[in-house]
Amino acid sequence: MIEEKFDAIVIGAGMAGNAAAHTMASRGLKVLQLERGEYAGSKNVQGAILYADMVEKIIPNFREEAPLERHLVEQRFWMMGDRSHTGLQYRNDDFNEDKPNRYTIIRSQFDRWFSKEVQAQGALVICETTVTELVSDAYGKVIGVRTDRRGGTIFADVVILCEGVNGLLGARAGLRDTPKAEHVALAVKEMHFLPRETIESRFNLHGDEGVVIEAAGVISKGMTGMGFVYTNKESVSVGMGCLVSDFATNNDTPNGLLEAFKNHPSIKPLLEGSEVKEYAAHLIPEGGYKTIPQLFGDGWVVCGDAAQLNNAIHREGSNLALTSGRLAGEAIFQIKSRREPMTKQNLALYKQYLDDSFVMKDLKKYKDMPALLHANSQNYFLAYPQLVSKAMENFLRVDGTPKLDKEKATVASFVKERRWTGLFGDAWRLARAWR
Amino acid sequence: MSLAMRVEEKLYQNRYIVDAGKPHIAIRPHDKPSENLLAMTRICPAGCYAETSSGQVEITPDGCLECGTCRVLCEASGDITWNYPRGGFGVLFKFG
Ligand SMILES: Cc1cc2nc3c(=O)[nH]c(=O)nc-3n(C[C@H](O)[C@H](O)[C@H](O)COP(=O)(O)OP(=O)(O)OC[C@H]3O[C@@H](n4cnc5c(N)ncnc54)[C@H](O)[C@@H]3O)c2cc1C
Ligand code: SF4
Repeated sequence: MIEEKFDAIVIGAGMAGNAAAHTMASRGLKVLQLERGEYAGSKNVQGAILYADMVEKIIPNFREEAPLERHLVEQRFWMMGDRSHTGLQYRNDDFNEDKPNRYTIIRSQFDRWFSKEVQAQGALVICETTVTELVSDAYGKVIGVRTDRRGGTIFADVVILCEGVNGLLGARAGLRDTPKAEHVALAVKEMHFLPRETIESRFNLHGDEGVVIEAAGVISKGMTGMGFVYTNKESVSVGMGCLVSDFATNNDTPNGLLEAFKNHPSIKPLLEGSEVKEYAAHLIPEGGYKTIPQLFGDGWVVCGDAAQLNNAIHREGSNLALTSGRLAGEAIFQIKSRREPMTKQNLALYKQYLDDSFVMKDLKKYKDMPALLHANSQNYFLAYPQLVSKAMENFLRVDGTPKLDKEKATVASFVKERRWTGLFGDAWRLARAWR
Repeated sequence: MSLAMRVEEKLYQNRYIVDAGKPHIAIRPHDKPSENLLAMTRICPAGCYAETSSGQVEITPDGCLECGTCRVLCEASGDITWNYPRGGFGVLFKFG
């Protein structure tokens, strides 16, 4: 198929792969990128919030070119009760700045644009090609890949695995394990189309301003999970995700949860009359720091979701993927300019760059959160939200009961549900994990 | 919009190029399905898994969203084999 040898082969044209390929090609390396989808982005699913800083480091003027939906001026966190929500809302007009910090995007469109930029830097990008196998030499060094196209092995000095959370290649080559059910969430998502003006009036927006709603509480039925509603120009992304291990033991279906979320009295009016044009599902790595596998070896590195580089607490993944891809590209360029081989020892430079970046620092900060939320999911995602809803109702309903009695009733219901020791323990564990 | 919006109706909105005759997921023949395999009849977001009248689990991966959930739950035990469809085939997200 392809006779020549490449400096680097990048597997996947998602956030990590495009960042890596762009970084290397723009520095003059000979790069081949392989993507199994019909075009870059055709297999990818995201909420999707894009963090500008991490794109800017790769394509400084991306705001002028990239397909962006809305810049975010408002964030809502909703704790959902059965028929209520308690919200925290933050809106800031300063987010209407020249260079906004966060945008909503539509992944298939963004990735396709990004891929054109990669090609413009001189990388050879071949889509509709699934890589089936990594090829190693007698010493175990990765020296190339095999694909489902006709022809033999394609060789390169280094292979960059950016194959996403469900990466088969790294696992099959024994470089890392397949993620465990308790370390990945299954998210289902729909695209709801509405006229621009309807979105703007329903969500209190002007022009290209956008708002996101993150929702947790009874909607996940006691499982570790969340729902979201993100505004695009002419569509609203609505999704719901829970840990796969929780789904395995719970009686709810992913689609059933999404339908219930959409029909929640706080959400339904936002979507009324919309036309649904797509239903998607995807995994999200949620295991955090403790599940990060070996990130480099002889002739290979791994980036993005494939390496579990995802911050579930802050709902950040694309920026970690972009950054890890870029840093891998920079490390490889460094090694190459020194005319040194792509050995494990030399590729440790990538890990060093990552350790110095926000990627590893953030993931380390929250290293205990995933296990905690999982172990206590019934409290955090069912009992407490119901209690908060009850407390708010007690507080707001004026019915002739003296306020002191109401407060006592609220406190009593919290204590009854969890006992003092339980409540104290939960709070302490949460604070420790957050630290 | 009602609670009853079924998965089958939703998949109808999606774009697929099915690689006819080459299913990318296969179930190992069994008499009695494992617990995880049985759970897939409920969890698969595309409703690809179903229980037959004689109690086995079968798969029709045409509407598969390629999420990988069944791989995570059932591959290690050997209940299923899981591959990506050939390049260009399978689900093609318009929006993602
Ligand atoms: C519902 C949902 C909502 C999310 N919301 C947000 C959000 O709001 N903000 C945020 O920052 N992050 C979010 N994330 C996380 C974010 O999407 C990921 O962290 C990010 O996409 C990871 O990028 P990646 O390049 O590692 O993997 P991907 O983007 O998944 O790319 C992997 C690529 O590799 C290709 N591939 C895989 N195997 C092969 C093979 N063998 N041969 C050829 N090609 C192959 C795939 O087709 C794909 O294009 C969300 C995720 C989901 C599922
Ligand atoms: S990969 Fe996902 S959508 Fe496809 S059969 Fe498995 S669980 Fe269902």
